[in-house]
Amino acid sequence: MIELRNVDFGYEDKLVLKNISFRIDQTESVVIMGPSGSGKSTILRLVLGLECPQRGEVLIDSQNISVMSEKEKRELRKSIGMVFQDGALFDSRTVGENVGYYLIEHTKMSWKEIEKKVVEMLGFVGLDADEIIDKLPELLSGGMQRRVAIGRALLSTNPRIMLYDEPTTGLDPQSTENVLALINKLTRERSISTIVVTHQIADALSIADRFIVIHEGEIAYDGDFVGLRECRDERVRAFLGPFRASMDLVAEKRFMNGV
Amino acid sequence: MVASLFGRPIYIAETMEQMYLIGIGSLFLVVLTGLFSGQGFAIAFANELADFGAKDYLGRIMSLAIVRELGPTLTGLMMAARVASGITAEIGSMKVSNQLDAMRSFGIDPIRKIAVPRLITLIIMVPTMTIVCDAVAIFGAWLIALFHAHISSTLYWAAIRERLIFGNIFVGLVKPVIFSFVIAFISCYKGFTSEGGTKGVGQATTDSVVMSSITILIANFIFTKFFFPILKGYL
Repeated sequence: MIELRNVDFGYEDKLVLKNISFRIDQTESVVIMGPSGSGKSTILRLVLGLECPQRGEVLIDSQNISVMSEKEKRELRKSIGMVFQDGALFDSRTVGENVGYYLIEHTKMSWKEIEKKVVEMLGFVGLDADEIIDKLPELLSGGMQRRVAIGRALLSTNPRIMLYDEPTTGLDPQSTENVLALINKLTRERSISTIVVTHQIADALSIADRFIVIHEGEIAYDGDFVGLRECRDERVRAFLGPFRASMDLVAEKRFMNGV
Repeated sequence: MVASLFGRPIYIAETMEQMYLIGIGSLFLVVLTGLFSGQGFAIAFANELADFGAKDYLGRIMSLAIVRELGPTLTGLMMAARVASGITAEIGSMKVSNQLDAMRSFGIDPIRKIAVPRLITLIIMVPTMTIVCDAVAIFGAWLIALFHAHISSTLYWAAIRERLIFGNIFVGLVKPVIFSFVIAFISCYKGFTSEGGTKGVGQATTDSVVMSSITILIANFIFTKFFFPILKGYL
């Protein structure tokens, strides 16, 4: 369970997040949307304990991460998987070493054992291990890098929380589809809380049932798809404006699927 | 960073890798620096001493100058130029591409994982490279003594040995340890605090080399001026 209570956060003199409060239950999947620079990614950094709020609380399973020591945070982070924007793969390590990073660092497993798990994980995220395991990340396409990053996050201690920061930004349509399918597969198959941050509405609609729209650091909307579609808030309408057609399409699909 | 030196885990593989990259990687540069600096200074001193009919003292002067001043300072500056830039650029690149945050998200402390192995390496390698630089510079000066100043080898090496006393060697090895802390702290700090994309990393790298070099020169002066007289009484 993730809960933010009355969180304010800013850099120097600029307040990035203002009085943010929401709660995400176990197994719930939420998309945080908003224009670039609205403070979406900062929320993920707060959840991960990489930043501390100036006011309010960030609770992970009822534990306030913002008052924990760095050592306690490191322990807690072991149960949180994070896929950073652009993957943030370790560029001097091979794909195999990236995916097996957690096991290399935190277990005494031999490379043979780790490699076996890495191969399985690469298969799970839809990549051909034989082809890429010894390659450096820079030799992969953007979509493949993003999937390696997801695999790396998953091969930690079976994360209870997955955070995705702009997982499809900069990807071609095919890669976007693959990454979104993978996120959906994870949400379906594992009982984990998921937060996806994106400013790509079409992607957001296909990932989650709950949507939070951030506008200039404030929550402009928090609710389901139907509520989002019919929301009268000017800020939300302005943000969704260009994507009305895709929302109608999704609504039609959902109706057909009985959602 | 110093507190992390005594904590766990200790990243032995990373430290060994850095030993190779920083130590062996700097060897050629240090050898060249020592050789040509030693020869250059030997020519200058030999010419001056010849005017006073005192060129037999070349070995004494070179021994003192190289072991106590030239060796540590030149090695420190060369290591600052080569290593500080590399460390800052590497850490800075990792910072701006979120790799440090990724590391933290996996429960790894980047200070312990990245900075401490480099600090340990520098504490070992800067003094080691200083010894190499000293040896090569003294050898280079011997070539000048032999072929340029026409001083006998026996006389030269006797003079070198005479000034290679514990006190001079001790001072010549304490300085590199201080310089290793200077290089490690400045280069890591600049890397961890760099921001503003690749341009910011470039600026941080330049700042790192400039600050390390200037701090080494100032630290060398302070040590020679204020601490050496104190130590001299005990050595």
